[in-house]
Amino acid sequence: MSRVPVIALVGNPNAGKSALFNALTGARQKIANYPGVTVERKAGRAALPSGQPIELVDLPGSYSLDAASPDEEVTSQVVMGRFRGEAMPEVLVVVVDAANLEQHLVFAQELIALGRPVVVALNMVDLAERDGLVLDPAALSTALGVPVVPTVAVRKRGLDALLAEIEKAPQQDSSLRHEVAELSLPERRLNAHNMAAGAILSETVAYRWHSRLDKVLLNPWAGPVILLALLFVMFQAVFAWADPFIGLIEGMIETMIGFVEATVPAGILQDFLTQGVLSGVGSVIVFLPQIIILFAFILAMEQSGYMARAAFLMDRLMAYVGLSGRSFIPLLSSFACAIPGIMATRAISDPKDRLTTILIAPLMTCSARLPVYAVIIGAFIPARSVGPGIGLQGLVLFGLYLFGIVGAMLVALVLRRTVTKGAASGFIMEMPRYQVPPLRDLLIGLWQRAFIFLRRAGTIIFMATVILWVLLSFPKADPGESQVEASIAGHIADGLNVVMEPIGFNHEISLALIPAMAAREVAVSALATTYAIDGDEDEQAAGLTERLAANWSLPTALAFLAWFVFAPQCLSTIAVARRETNGWKWPVVMLAYLFGLAYVFAGITYWGAVALGL
Amino acid sequence: MDTQLTLDQIAPGARAEITAVDWDALAPEEAKRLRALGLDEGARVAVAHRGIFFGSDPMAIILGRTTIAIRRAHARAMQVKHP
Repeated sequence: MSRVPVIALVGNPNAGKSALFNALTGARQKIANYPGVTVERKAGRAALPSGQPIELVDLPGSYSLDAASPDEEVTSQVVMGRFRGEAMPEVLVVVVDAANLEQHLVFAQELIALGRPVVVALNMVDLAERDGLVLDPAALSTALGVPVVPTVAVRKRGLDALLAEIEKAPQQDSSLRHEVAELSLPERRLNAHNMAAGAILSETVAYRWHSRLDKVLLNPWAGPVILLALLFVMFQAVFAWADPFIGLIEGMIETMIGFVEATVPAGILQDFLTQGVLSGVGSVIVFLPQIIILFAFILAMEQSGYMARAAFLMDRLMAYVGLSGRSFIPLLSSFACAIPGIMATRAISDPKDRLTTILIAPLMTCSARLPVYAVIIGAFIPARSVGPGIGLQGLVLFGLYLFGIVGAMLVALVLRRTVTKGAASGFIMEMPRYQVPPLRDLLIGLWQRAFIFLRRAGTIIFMATVILWVLLSFPKADPGESQVEASIAGHIADGLNVVMEPIGFNHEISLALIPAMAAREVAVSALATTYAIDGDEDEQAAGLTERLAANWSLPTALAFLAWFVFAPQCLSTIAVARRETNGWKWPVVMLAYLFGLAYVFAGITYWGAVALGL
Repeated sequence: MDTQLTLDQIAPGARAEITAVDWDALAPEEAKRLRALGLDEGARVAVAHRGIFFGSDPMAIILGRTTIAIRRAHARAMQVKHP
């Protein structure tokens, strides 16, 4: 049996490549890394009209085969068949933005000159039409000497024609192509200009609503206010909109616990299922709605083209701490999760800049901290309103995010003057045109994020919860003795507690911090497990938040929040940092400085709160 | 001939044509990126926006149908003339 042919999608950034890839492959995608480098490899299956299955690979967006960044290096090596372990693509699908031919045809010419079978996807023709451009694909096809298929990825227009051309591509007559192998960049640019002019049938100056939008969104005064307001709405939404869904999931978990209690005989197995598995994993799954809302905002900002504007607005501010607007996107992604954030730093070409961004990424409040914050805020901060539409709980949450950001900026400032000292970096970035985020791409992105979260809940978090339950349940306490204190975990926490007690942490917190090294949100399930086991029946019936409110002092709760702003409680982040920096040196630096800051700030918070009489 | 006029001196809304670029003043990777984006000799551009805070940095440059954000330091390396 012959192997499945590989077809590569290649083109400039902002050519709508990913949308086309999503439209062709649907949700059947495999996301991994290219071996040896940390560039994401997105692959998916599709079928040609004859039924022949193909593997589509979405290559990182590039401007040229002469690479200026690690992602561009991958694209260049893969299309030339020089990437070790990666099959040479049978056909290159060159994706160009129909409304930006002058720019995108430069790279397209370079790709066509390789002499491989090529099909050009004239993408986003609908947006070009919106801008008043009427194009002639046949003229472009003649000029380039390769088939040109107009596509609208979002509406799935032109996909069948594209697949049909891919099927025919290996038999292409390359004599139709003009000899373009030895051209210089200015010559290619002139060609692109002429070909674009030849392919444009008519051009009316349409209502340029994106430049009007830029006038508002990039306005020196209105722009930052809008950005801040948007971020504030995002965090309020995370709290407010998720509530009904959280209630729904909680109800489902309670029903399942009830079912297990009714069917499984009382004893060790029932305890394991209800107290270990269901309440442990359940207390993490409950945060899925909040994580989905957060990701929905971030994905919508990315896909609408607003994220690049945010980077523009933030550049000057980032420059003060020695970074650039480019760091804003990885850092904003880190609000969802530091792992994609750290991986997104590969778009930063300056190595010192990139390293600094990696080191501060864990200070951005990731979604795994959200469960911890949510529980503590829910238990200790009254749900009252401090203004129209502004709740105190949301305000505190916003404050915690701000605390992390300010901390990150100060750390960046220090790092740029010490360990990552070097020339100031630049900021060069193409601003994509605005578009309404395609719902389908948004949903695929959300599904991938939710799946990763649920997989974590099902694997790492499940394991940690089960191990913790075992550590907590054995050996059994004598009558009158506390189960938590008597257990194995209790003894481990005894040792840890000596260090943690001075910053106001109690025994249960020391205990929860152990499994929370696997993933931050495990702290919540660990606390749920400890209190579920230790409490009497009334306490078990009450929610975790009520139990915490009854058992912890306010200074302790605040110190716990301060700890989580800084503490690197996530093995996956450390693993990714090791891979991205090619060694243990920087992850160790990261661990040391983050634990140091966490300890110091938790201590300051605790003693400050005690001194204030809270 | 105002030979000293550079892109960073152009006010928002105004057009200019790049006449020469001092590539040596830029980091090699950045020079490559600017060239690939088409910010090169002969390019006709317009300054769309200047950044917030002090120094009006960065700048958004319109080139054809694209908008490109660059720092003032890059613009300073580009000599321009009024078209």
